[in-house]
Amino acid sequence: MKPFSYHQPDQIPDAAKLLTSIEDSKLVAGGMTLIPTLKQRLASPPALVDLSKLGSLKGITDDGATITIGAMTPHAVVAASKLVQTKIPGLAELASMIGDPAVRSRGTIGGSVANNDPAADYPAGVLGLGATILTSTREIAADKFFLGLFETALEPGEIITAIRFPVPLRAGYAKFKAPASRYALVGVFVAKFADGVRVAVTGAGPGVFRVPPMEAALSGNFDPSAIAAIKIDNDGLTSDIHAEADYRAHLVTVMAKRAVDVALS
Amino acid sequence: MGNVIGIGAAPKRKEDQRFLTGRGNYVSDIKRPGMTAGVFVRSPHGHAVLRGIDKSAALASPGVIAVLTGDDVADDGLGSLPCGWGITDAKGVPMKEPPFPMLAQDKVRFVGDMVAFVIAETPERANAGAELLKIDYEVLPSVVGVLEAVRPDAPQLFDDVPNNICCDWELGDKAAVESAFKKAAHVAKLSLVNNRLIGNPMEPRAAIAEYEPGTDRFTLWTTSQFPHVVRFLMGALVLNIPQHKLRVVAPDVGGGFGVKQFHYGEEAVITWAAKRVRRPVKWVASRSEGYVSDRHGRDHVTEAELALDETGKFLAFRVNTLANMGGYLSTFGPNIPTNLYGPLLGGVYTTPAIYCNVKVVFTNTVPVDAYRGAGRPEATFVLERIVDVAASEMGIDRVELRRRNMIPKEAYPYQTPVLVQYDSGDPMGCLDGALVAADVKNFGVRKAASASKGKFRGLGYSTYVEACGLAPSRFAGRLGARGGLYESATVRVHPTGQVTVMIGTHNHGQGHETTFAQIVSDKLGVAFENVDIVFGDTDRVQFGMGTYGSRSLVVGGAALSKATDKVIVKGKKIAAHLLEASEADIQFEAGKFSVAGTDRIKTFEEIAGAAYVPHNYPLEVLEPGLEEQAYYDPVNFTYPGGCHIAEVEVDPETGTVTLVNYTAVDDVGTVINPMIVEGQLHGGIVQGVGQALFENAVYDEGSGQLLSGSLMDYCMPRADHLPMMKVATHSTLCTHTPMGVKGCGEVGTIGSPAAVINAVVDALSHLGVTHVDMPATPNRIWRLLQNASLPVAAE
Ligand SMILES: Cc1cc2nc3c(=O)[nH]c(=O)nc-3n(C[C@H](O)[C@H](O)[C@H](O)COP(=O)(O)OP(=O)(O)OC[C@H]3O[C@@H](n4cnc5c(N)ncnc54)[C@H](O)[C@@H]3O)c2cc1C
Repeated sequence: MKPFSYHQPDQIPDAAKLLTSIEDSKLVAGGMTLIPTLKQRLASPPALVDLSKLGSLKGITDDGATITIGAMTPHAVVAASKLVQTKIPGLAELASMIGDPAVRSRGTIGGSVANNDPAADYPAGVLGLGATILTSTREIAADKFFLGLFETALEPGEIITAIRFPVPLRAGYAKFKAPASRYALVGVFVAKFADGVRVAVTGAGPGVFRVPPMEAALSGNFDPSAIAAIKIDNDGLTSDIHAEADYRAHLVTVMAKRAVDVALS
Repeated sequence: MGNVIGIGAAPKRKEDQRFLTGRGNYVSDIKRPGMTAGVFVRSPHGHAVLRGIDKSAALASPGVIAVLTGDDVADDGLGSLPCGWGITDAKGVPMKEPPFPMLAQDKVRFVGDMVAFVIAETPERANAGAELLKIDYEVLPSVVGVLEAVRPDAPQLFDDVPNNICCDWELGDKAAVESAFKKAAHVAKLSLVNNRLIGNPMEPRAAIAEYEPGTDRFTLWTTSQFPHVVRFLMGALVLNIPQHKLRVVAPDVGGGFGVKQFHYGEEAVITWAAKRVRRPVKWVASRSEGYVSDRHGRDHVTEAELALDETGKFLAFRVNTLANMGGYLSTFGPNIPTNLYGPLLGGVYTTPAIYCNVKVVFTNTVPVDAYRGAGRPEATFVLERIVDVAASEMGIDRVELRRRNMIPKEAYPYQTPVLVQYDSGDPMGCLDGALVAADVKNFGVRKAASASKGKFRGLGYSTYVEACGLAPSRFAGRLGARGGLYESATVRVHPTGQVTVMIGTHNHGQGHETTFAQIVSDKLGVAFENVDIVFGDTDRVQFGMGTYGSRSLVVGGAALSKATDKVIVKGKKIAAHLLEASEADIQFEAGKFSVAGTDRIKTFEEIAGAAYVPHNYPLEVLEPGLEEQAYYDPVNFTYPGGCHIAEVEVDPETGTVTLVNYTAVDDVGTVINPMIVEGQLHGGIVQGVGQALFENAVYDEGSGQLLSGSLMDYCMPRADHLPMMKVATHSTLCTHTPMGVKGCGEVGTIGSPAAVINAVVDALSHLGVTHVDMPATPNRIWRLLQNASLPVAAE
C-alpha cells in the first residue's frame, strides 16, 4: 500500500468537493474491492474520501410503490431487512448470496453498483428491476447506467447516494456461483411488473445485460417453460479458465428458468 | 497430578490451547531489534534472457538499504540450490541437473523466478524501491505443458538439456510385460491428466535471518517442515556456513502439505543478506507471491494399459508418464514422479508384471515437488481408474474385479514386481468394511431417488495402498537419495520426573505434541501433562529429517519409542541398586519399578531424583542423569491402505458434481490417538476431493503466465462442498515398526481422487462416458454431456 491522505466528510457537497479538488482521489465505501487493490499496489490514489460519516447515505425507506436503499447500506442489512424481504424478496435473497459474512457486513450497495464488476450480483438486481440510481447531482435510469466492464455513467466527482427500486409483482434471482470466487459465473434476475417482465444477466459477459426475447416470452407466459428453448448467442460472452462462452450461454437459460421458479415460489 | 493418557486414548490436542487462543508463535510474529524488511523482485515472464539490472534508482529510493542480484551471488561464490535426489535413466546415466541459482543469473525460467532482493527500513520502502528496479528482459517463448515441452521445436530451457528431458526413467520388466500383453484376452487403455496443484497452506512462507558478528553465528527462522535439512543444505551446500555456526528455527508453522519441505532460495538469500547488511532481515510472502513461488504438485500426462486374461486376472500393467518438473529441480523434485510413483503401481493387486516409464520434463513453470501424497496419489489414480475401465469394458462388476485380483491377507509379506515388499495388510477386509459402512446395498434406492429429481447418482471405489514412513536409508540410497532418512529423539527426564522430548520431526498441524506425549505417557507411566515435545530448532534438537511422507510417527515415533526404552533400561539399573536386587528381577510397569514377586517399589520420580542426586548410586558403573537418545532407521516402508467409497450426484443441467456421501475404511496400523487419526483422514480426503473436483493450476502456454494465481481463480475445497464423512480404521499391524504403526497423514489424499472420479464416471456411464479428467468442474462435465449429445437442457 502506498501512502495516501484520508478524509471523512460529513456532508455530501464536501465529499464531492474533495473528490474533484484532489486529482485521482477515490471514494471508499465498504472498501471490500478498493482496499485489496491498494494493498496490491495496483491503485495508488493520493487521497481517500470515506463515505461512512454521511448519514443520509444509510438506511432503507418505504416509498409505497418503490423502496429506496441508501448507497452505504451493507449487503447484510439489505438481506436481513424485513421491508426488502416483504416487498422485493428476490433482492434480499440476492444480497444474501454476495460473498461471505465479512464481505456482506462491510460491502455496500453503492460501492457494488459504482464498481460494476462484470460478475457482481447487484447490477443484475438493479437492471432487472429497472431501478434508478440517485447521485449527488442527478437521477440515472439503470438502463443508462451500466456501460460495460467496470464502466458506469458516473461523472468524475459524482457520488451515488441511493438506489430506488420499483416494487415488482414478482421477482427472483438465480446465481450459479463461480467455483473459486463465488461471484456470479452467471446470475439472472427476473422481475414481473404489471407492464411486462425484465430479465437481466450478470457474470456471463463484460457487463450486465437484458435478454429481450426472454422478456417477451415471459411477459406472455410467466413460467420457466416459456424460455426453456431460448438460447443466448455465445458471441461477446466471457470465456475464461472457469467457463467457456457456450457454457455460460447455456447457463443463462438454465438460471433464467430457475429465477422464474424462485419468483413463482 | 494429572493422569497417564496412553496409546489409544483421544485427549484434546495439547497444542490447540495456544493456537485457539492466538498464542502461537509463527515466523511473522517474530521481531528482532534493528530488523529490516526484504522484498523479492520476481520475473513477470515465463522465459526470458536477463540482460541487465539497473539498481541505481532503487538504491536511491528513501529507506532502501541494499539491492542484491544474481551477480552479487556469483561474486560471493555461492552455490546453487541443491537437489536431494539424483535419479538415473535406464542405462544408468544420471539425470540432467542444471544449476538453480538462488537469484536468477542470465535467464529467468518461470513467472516468479527470483531476480533481485531489495532490503529497506520497512516493507513499504522495500516495495517502493523494488518498483524502481530497471530490469532488461529479452522475452522468449515459454513452454508450460509436458506434451509441448518434449516436442523437437519446443523452447529449450537449458542449452544442455535436449528436448527439456531431465531424465528418462524406467522401472520394471519391460520384456515380461510385453509378452504378457501378447497373451492378454483384454487390454484396457486409458489416457489421463493428473492436474497441477498449489498447496495453499494457511500461513504463507516467511523467514527472518540474523547474523551475530560476536560469535560469527547465523540464525534463520523459517516456515519449514525440516529445519535440520535446511541447515545442512543451505549451510553446507549453498552458503558455505559451518553447521555449528548456523541455527535454523522453524517455530509454529501454519500448515505445510509439502510446500514447506524444501530448501527455498528465499531462505538462502535472506541468510546471506543478513550478514551483508549486518542487520536482521525479514520477509513474509503475500498469498499471491506464494502462488508463483511455493512449489507446485502433481502435473502428469499418462498413458496406461492393463492386460487381463479372460477371467479378469491382471496379467501386466504398463504406464508411460510425462511428469512436469517446472523450471528447475527442487529439493525432492525428480524423486516424486519416479521412486514414489512407479513402486506403487502394483496397488493391492497381484499383477505379476509391471513396467513404468517416466519422462521427467522441464517447463517454464514453478518447480514441481512433493505435495501431500507425493507420487502415490498419482499412482493410485492411474491404477484405480484403469481397473474401473477394464471392469466396464469386460462387463465384470468393479468390486468383483478388484476381489479377483486382490492380495489375500494370508499372502503378506507380499513382494511386488516393482521393488517394494508389503509387510502386512488386509485390503479385502477394508473393502468389506467399507461396503457395509457406505450402505452400498441400498445404493440403487438412492440412485432412483436422484433420478426422480433429474439427477444422476454414481458410486466410486478406490482400494489402494501407499508407501510411507520415508525411508529405509540404504534402500533410498540405492534409488538416488543423497541423504539419510532416519529420525532421532532424545528423552530428557528431569530430576522431578517430568519429561522433555527433543525430536527431529516437525509439528505443523498434525498433533505431534499430543501423539508423542501419549507414547511417552503410556510407556513411562508419566502424566500426559508432564510431557512436552520440543521440535523445530537445530540448537535444541540434536538432529532430524523433519516431517513429510507420513514419516513422523512411523520413523520419529519409533526413535522416540526406542529412546524411551533406553530410559527404562537405565531406570531399572538404578532401581536394582536402590532396591538391592538384581537388575534382572526389576520390573517396570505403570510408572513403578519393582522387584518381581515383592512389594518393594520405586516410583519413576524417585528413580529420576536418584539419577540427578546420586548420593546412593552405582557411580562406578553408571553415569548420573536420566536422558537417552535414539536414532531409528526403518527397515522398510510402511504400507497403509484401505478402501474409499465416494457417492456423487450430478446435475446434468449445469454439470455440477455434488459429493453426497464419503466412506473410508483405512488400515493405518496401530492408532495412537483416534481423534487425531480421524482428523488427518478428514483433512486428507478433503485435499483429494479438492484435486478431483475443484483445484487446478492453469498456465497460459506461450506467455507462461499463471492464470489461476489467486484464491479468486484457484478453487479450494470448502466446508459446504462436503458431506459428513464416515471414516473408520481396519488395522493390521506393521510388522517392523516398534508400535505397529503405519502412518495416516496422506492416506486420505491418496485414496480419494480415484474414488471421486470413479463415482463421477459411474454416474455418467449410461451416457457412454468412460473418463473424466480432474478437476471435474461443471464446465467440463457439461461439455462431456454435450458430446454425449444428451437431451438434458430443455425439458
Ligand atoms: C472475498 C470477496 C467476495 C465477494 N463476493 C462477491 C459476490 O459474490 N458478489 C458480488 O456482487 N460482490 C462480491 N464482492 C464484492 C463486494 O460486494 C464489494 O462490497 C463491492 O464490490 C464493493 O462495495 P464496497 O462498499 O466494498 O466498495 P469500495 O471497495 O469501498 O469501493 C468500490 C468502488 O466503488 C467506488 N464507490 C464506492 N461507493 C461509492 C458511491 N457511493 N458512489 C460512487 N462511487 C463509489 C469506490 O471509489 C471504488 O472505486 C466480494 C468481495 C470480496 C472481497
